Amino acid sequence: MNALYSLVLVFALVLLALFGVETAHMAKLFGTVLPVVAVAVFLVGFAYRMIKWAKSPVPFCIPTTGGQQKSLDFIHHNKFDNPVTTGQTFIRMVLEICCFRSLFRNTTVGLKDGRVTYASAKWLWLFSLLFHYSFLLIVIRHMRLFFEPIPAVIGFVEMLDGIMQIGTPRMYMSDVLIMVGVTFLLARRLWDAKLRYISLVTDYFPLLLIISIALSGIYMRFIAHVDVVAIKQLTMGIVTFHPVIPANVDVSFYVHIFLVCTLLIYFPFSKLMHAGGVFLSPTRNLPNNSRIKHHENPWNDPNIKPHSYEAYEDDFREPMIEAGLPVEKDA
Amino acid sequence: MADLPKADELFKSINYTPPSTGWMDTPVDFSPGNWCYPAKVDKLEYLGLPNPRVWNPEDVDWKLPENWQDIVHEGFKERLDKYRSLKVFMDVCVRCGACADKCHFFIGSGDPKNMPVLRAELMRSVYRKDFTMAGKILTTLTGSRVMTEDVLKEWFIYFYQCTECRRCSLFCPYGIDTAEITMMARELLTLCGVNINWIMEPAANCNRTGNHLGIQPHAFKDIVEFMVDDIEEVTGKRINVPINEKGHEVLFITPSGDVFADPGIYTFMGYLMLFDHIGLDYTLSTYASEGGNFGLFTSADMMKKINGKMYAEAKRLGSKWILGGECGHMWRVINQYMDTMNGPADFLQVPKSPITGTVFESAAQTKMVHITEFTADLMKHDKLNLDPTRNDHIRATFHDSCNPARAMGLLDEPRYVLNNVLKNFHEMPEQTIREQTFCCAGGSGLNTDEIMEIRMRGGLPRGNALKSVQEEHDVNMMACICAIDRATLIPLSNYWAPGVDVCGVHELVGNALILDGEKERETDLRLEPLPGKEG
Repeated sequence: MNALYSLVLVFALVLLALFGVETAHMAKLFGTVLPVVAVAVFLVGFAYRMIKWAKSPVPFCIPTTGGQQKSLDFIHHNKFDNPVTTGQTFIRMVLEICCFRSLFRNTTVGLKDGRVTYASAKWLWLFSLLFHYSFLLIVIRHMRLFFEPIPAVIGFVEMLDGIMQIGTPRMYMSDVLIMVGVTFLLARRLWDAKLRYISLVTDYFPLLLIISIALSGIYMRFIAHVDVVAIKQLTMGIVTFHPVIPANVDVSFYVHIFLVCTLLIYFPFSKLMHAGGVFLSPTRNLPNNSRIKHHENPWNDPNIKPHSYEAYEDDFREPMIEAGLPVEKDA
Repeated sequence: MADLPKADELFKSINYTPPSTGWMDTPVDFSPGNWCYPAKVDKLEYLGLPNPRVWNPEDVDWKLPENWQDIVHEGFKERLDKYRSLKVFMDVCVRCGACADKCHFFIGSGDPKNMPVLRAELMRSVYRKDFTMAGKILTTLTGSRVMTEDVLKEWFIYFYQCTECRRCSLFCPYGIDTAEITMMARELLTLCGVNINWIMEPAANCNRTGNHLGIQPHAFKDIVEFMVDDIEEVTGKRINVPINEKGHEVLFITPSGDVFADPGIYTFMGYLMLFDHIGLDYTLSTYASEGGNFGLFTSADMMKKINGKMYAEAKRLGSKWILGGECGHMWRVINQYMDTMNGPADFLQVPKSPITGTVFESAAQTKMVHITEFTADLMKHDKLNLDPTRNDHIRATFHDSCNPARAMGLLDEPRYVLNNVLKNFHEMPEQTIREQTFCCAGGSGLNTDEIMEIRMRGGLPRGNALKSVQEEHDVNMMACICAIDRATLIPLSNYWAPGVDVCGVHELVGNALILDGEKERETDLRLEPLPGKEG
């Protein structure tokens, strides 16, 4: 049901863009005004959320340790799952953010012949990685629309992405892989009863939105054969703050850009902020050195004192003396 | 345990297919056995906690304070401002489900609300409604809901069905730690007077008597005397145990479970024999006679208050550093919280082993060393006179306690010690040990008998792993470094792997130690005959 709501929502967005441009002739709104607003909302929203998180202190050093601590010389220290220095912690974070280290551990549980079984389940890791890296490549490739001259690195990424030289126009691997990745993530959510049970509208919506963005992009490239020169005119117009709406831009472009704008606006208010949040996770970005170095809790209340020894002895002095235990004050 | 189903029946009842109704619409079962007994009035009054009253989770009316919704809302807001962990964890979950089948309570029950992601959603749904714009407007679409009495009751059931073991956190791509979320939920529940006796009574006892069992100082001394008698019976040697004495180099603190309950007492005897063997200049304390911190399961303030005794006592007694016994929660608190809350303990010195000269740099700030670190160092330097053949009747495996494993990384030290004191050691399957270890299902104050079926369900993964080494390698003993484990793993192994016993690591050290001037041993510390020495 939640998946259906999301699907309807995404269809409505597509229709909105189609009618907005074709029937209501609001190409200017969809092509220039909205993208500027969307980028602004994205940047401000992202920063706002990060600042909001960062404003809450991290009172205690609470890393989840995933390996042997640093202890005696003859015991091998697992530096990257149980870091003690900033450098080691940095590497742990790089592994987490670039390689999805924790997800790599994933296992799946089953019940068989009276036993609980554990099997490696790296599918989620693999397809998430495919999805995120394809997304990154696609974003980098699209940057050619916003630069004049185009930086060499963008051309290089594009060249690599299309290195298989399949079809005309040349097929990008990232286009295929993002569809594979995102389709897996969606299928998994629909297929696995446990996941379906926990999935909200806000879980399906971004997946379907990204699928529709990718599909509209593929449609533009392979079916509509949009005029890329005209689109670059438009995008450069936005970047240089001299908006132009070239005549021969296909409506599919407006659908594509409208969906992208929706994603940008939706981003800071949604779970997509995991992209920023992962950097601030106290169980990952702290070294396990709280036994070695002092960590300050800004709201540590000095008035909280233990039940004092004096009060304790007052309570038990007589039996303590009788038992021959040393006391501070005689009875 | 009269109405517990048989192990194989319980296993067959596990079903991972979620119910047909959505989780917000699935009512919670409040029949007895599904909840722990509420805290007694006098315990809450003693600790000065809100809303002490007699109530029963089975009743419709929980006698909440009139403004309980405001209390929860304000408490929630305060904690979002105080803990970045809570704020980030409320926002960044993508419900990828990687954690779903990592929780022992889910594995053994199939109850979807025991999936860590959904356990946290119980709280997140309220967070979205109260603290996010989208959640306020688009209620069902964003999965937000109003905090009603039913929601609070659901919290009570499921946040007291989480042992804060952090296994889910290990697998989460963002490190979302359900223990943090559970801790916050329990704090909010405590603000309304909704808490359980098996946490509050030990917390109250810790505060008054120094230990969770409520052992008073003279009784503590008697118990130690009994153990000294037992050591004499086994070894023929009478040892001296200083208690509350000033001017000793080391203050030794261990969970009181080791002092009181079988089989912890054998571990305690092991400590005492070790200290005698190496001539350690130490003292015990009756005032700080508990390592396990039941404040951790109550609130940050209570944790700080109870933990403060360790440093206060070390200062009063003039010790140089503190040696800590085998305890799970104690070491989470010591490693992650102690210095921040109760330190810096500048009156202490960086721990240095008086026997080997090793300086424990890894404890430079807290000045507290774990006994397995200490003993492993002694063994490495060949300072102990050991006869491992005395443990030949023991075929052991090792249970990593969740807290030292996942909130510290104490994995190899106990293994090093074990391998020096016995020949037959076998690891359980790799998905169930080290950082992937499974909880005993009785941690965080849940080792109470009224929820025995829940505990046995939660204990399935551990019990199952134990059974596999029992069948494969004839393992008959599970060693561990946690006093709660020593209490909870016994019913667990009786249920899932009958025939396997439970011990602390230092019980086996005590068995192997050759004390100066001892008689030839005929029994182990449990007074059971050693193989080849019978009658």
